[in-house]
Amino acid sequence: MRELKILAIVIFFTAVTYWGVEPYAHSQMHPHVAPADFNFKDIQPLALNGNNENGKTLVEANCIACHSIKSLGLEAPMSNDDAASAYGVVPPDLSHAGVIYDKNYLAGFLKDPVNATKLSHKFGDTKPYAMPSYSFLSDQEIADIVAYLKNVVATKPTDKMVFEEACGRCHSMKYDSFKAQTSSTFMKNYLGAEAPDLSMMIRSKKAEYLTPFINEPLKMVEGIAMPRVGLTAASQEQVIAYMENVGDRKKAEREDLGLKLIGFMAIFTLIAYAWKVRIWKEVA
Amino acid sequence: MAEIRKSEGLIDWLDQRLAVKAFMRVMMTEYWIPKNINFLWAMGVVLVVLFGVLLVTGLLLLMYYKPDINLAFDSVNYTIMQEVEYGWLWRHMHGVAASATFLIIYIHLFTGIYYGSYKKGREMIWITGMVLFIAFSAEAFSGYMLPWGQMSYWAAQVITNLFSGIPVIGDDVVIWIRGDYVVADATLTRFFMLHVVLLPLVIIVVIAVHFYSLRFPHVNNQDSEELNFDVEAKKFLDGRKKESKVVPFWPVFLSKDFFVVGAFMTFFFLLCCYHFDFAMDPINFEPANSMKTPAHIYPEWYFLWNYEVLRGFFFDIAGIAAMDIGLIAFVIANIVFMVLPFLDRNPMNTAPAHKRPLFKYWFWILVVDMIVLTVYGKLPPTGVNAWVGFFAAIIFLGLFIALPFITKHEAKGDVQ
Repeated sequence: MRELKILAIVIFFTAVTYWGVEPYAHSQMHPHVAPADFNFKDIQPLALNGNNENGKTLVEANCIACHSIKSLGLEAPMSNDDAASAYGVVPPDLSHAGVIYDKNYLAGFLKDPVNATKLSHKFGDTKPYAMPSYSFLSDQEIADIVAYLKNVVATKPTDKMVFEEACGRCHSMKYDSFKAQTSSTFMKNYLGAEAPDLSMMIRSKKAEYLTPFINEPLKMVEGIAMPRVGLTAASQEQVIAYMENVGDRKKAEREDLGLKLIGFMAIFTLIAYAWKVRIWKEVA
Repeated sequence: MAEIRKSEGLIDWLDQRLAVKAFMRVMMTEYWIPKNINFLWAMGVVLVVLFGVLLVTGLLLLMYYKPDINLAFDSVNYTIMQEVEYGWLWRHMHGVAASATFLIIYIHLFTGIYYGSYKKGREMIWITGMVLFIAFSAEAFSGYMLPWGQMSYWAAQVITNLFSGIPVIGDDVVIWIRGDYVVADATLTRFFMLHVVLLPLVIIVVIAVHFYSLRFPHVNNQDSEELNFDVEAKKFLDGRKKESKVVPFWPVFLSKDFFVVGAFMTFFFLLCCYHFDFAMDPINFEPANSMKTPAHIYPEWYFLWNYEVLRGFFFDIAGIAAMDIGLIAFVIANIVFMVLPFLDRNPMNTAPAHKRPLFKYWFWILVVDMIVLTVYGKLPPTGVNAWVGFFAAIIFLGLFIALPFITKHEAKGDVQ
């Protein structure tokens, strides 16, 4: 009985210390933020239904001069380094843009890219953004482009494909031998900072932080150079799944082995207890 | 020379040459431990097990780790964590065991204080224990640098810079420790040497001395009862085992310790596989970047109380710079436990704290104050937090100033 009382005291003080330095301290260091907004409420929703045929014409006339659509065999007109030196950053491939990005976000982005990406602190009249604004198009035409981009997606992209299209223009994934399409010297000129390698980001930031962060970086880090890229909830989950697959590859093995190790030690403890009882019967 | 005859078996062969039977009697079967103890007396054996875990996993990690600022991070996070079979397990066990070691050290330390096991002939046990605490602290600090993550770098930067507070030679000392003007490759390789060779050697030697220093004053018991070990041992050997107040280290004492170790290791593996962030801070999975200061720099949890004593003095007092007061307080905090046996002016009263009228309050205030220091050592030192830290640091120092008076006062009460 006395031992249990002592154990309760030890556990109590250990638990209080743990609570203070972990959950409580972290709640003080990283104040709570609003959850990720996958409705992109600040962007006017796209109300019209797009016309696929007309979208095709518009995309061919306006987009493919810079962007590739590799799934259709449309390669980029320039090499990555040439594109980066021409635009500052390599323009994204649009093969899966129609499903990776939210459709309202895409529409808002076409009309006003700086506002949609929340990069007004980086780009403006003095330093124009690489992607021009297509606000001169009508809402119907914007809807047509969005409809077409969605229509060209034949198969669901893999986790890695989503990462490469949405993040891989700036970020490398060294532990998966993936190098950012825009080389780091261009990145520095473009956004004033090198984009970090994301190999271990899942362990250093954790999925709980990455979810609101990827959704809207500026909300989480003041003045950050990373744009809001407008991923849908599903594609963002794919990105995080890919990051976990690279940075925490042994997670499944760890969680599986954990049960066995705990089970082994629990059995050891029971046997040790039985032995202890037998030994102490003689002396106490 | 001993008379050597044809041996009756391996044990006998060894016994003739190494006296293994006598050795086992002295170390195990006739090493007497009081019966009246609780599970807190098992913490020493738990620490031995944890040190064994650290040693074995450390050796395994050493096979793939590369002490070079360009290679260290990837050798840990890619080669060990992903490529090597079960490399992640060794690293998680190593990291969690380091943290768990400090948890058990603190329990062990407070047990020693509570039951008065630091005085009346046990001073050397206490002092060697505190030397171990300092050696383990250095070991933990140097080890934390090795993955070359953000906190490895910045904690090293901040902690090595503390030595600049030494008068006159401070700045030179910092360069001497770092091997460079800033924390750099030379710093990493020398801390690697400390972590894998010098400090483990020191620790092993001091552990041996710590155990040895336990043999003469013997292990204390729950009621600090004075035992005549020879008489009690004779009772046990005569078969009056229930009547005897002592038990042999093997198998009786260790049978209980195995159970405690088992229960603890069950919890340990739970932490290793599912709940390791407290010991392996996520921020250290970000590669060291000298151009990017983290928003919050803090040491591992077991150094926080110490760090808060340093940080608690955040304003100049009587013309002395805050930094200097903090450093002096920090140095005192690091050595004050070492001299605890001599601050206690009631050296003959070894009753457990709950039987001592004033000391019991002193003990629990110390425990609570150190937890407050630990928690506030991590919180951002702004607004009211800074003041809580300041007062907690003052209370901490005040407790050790008050201890001689409290114990002296108690000693007078004992006489009456």
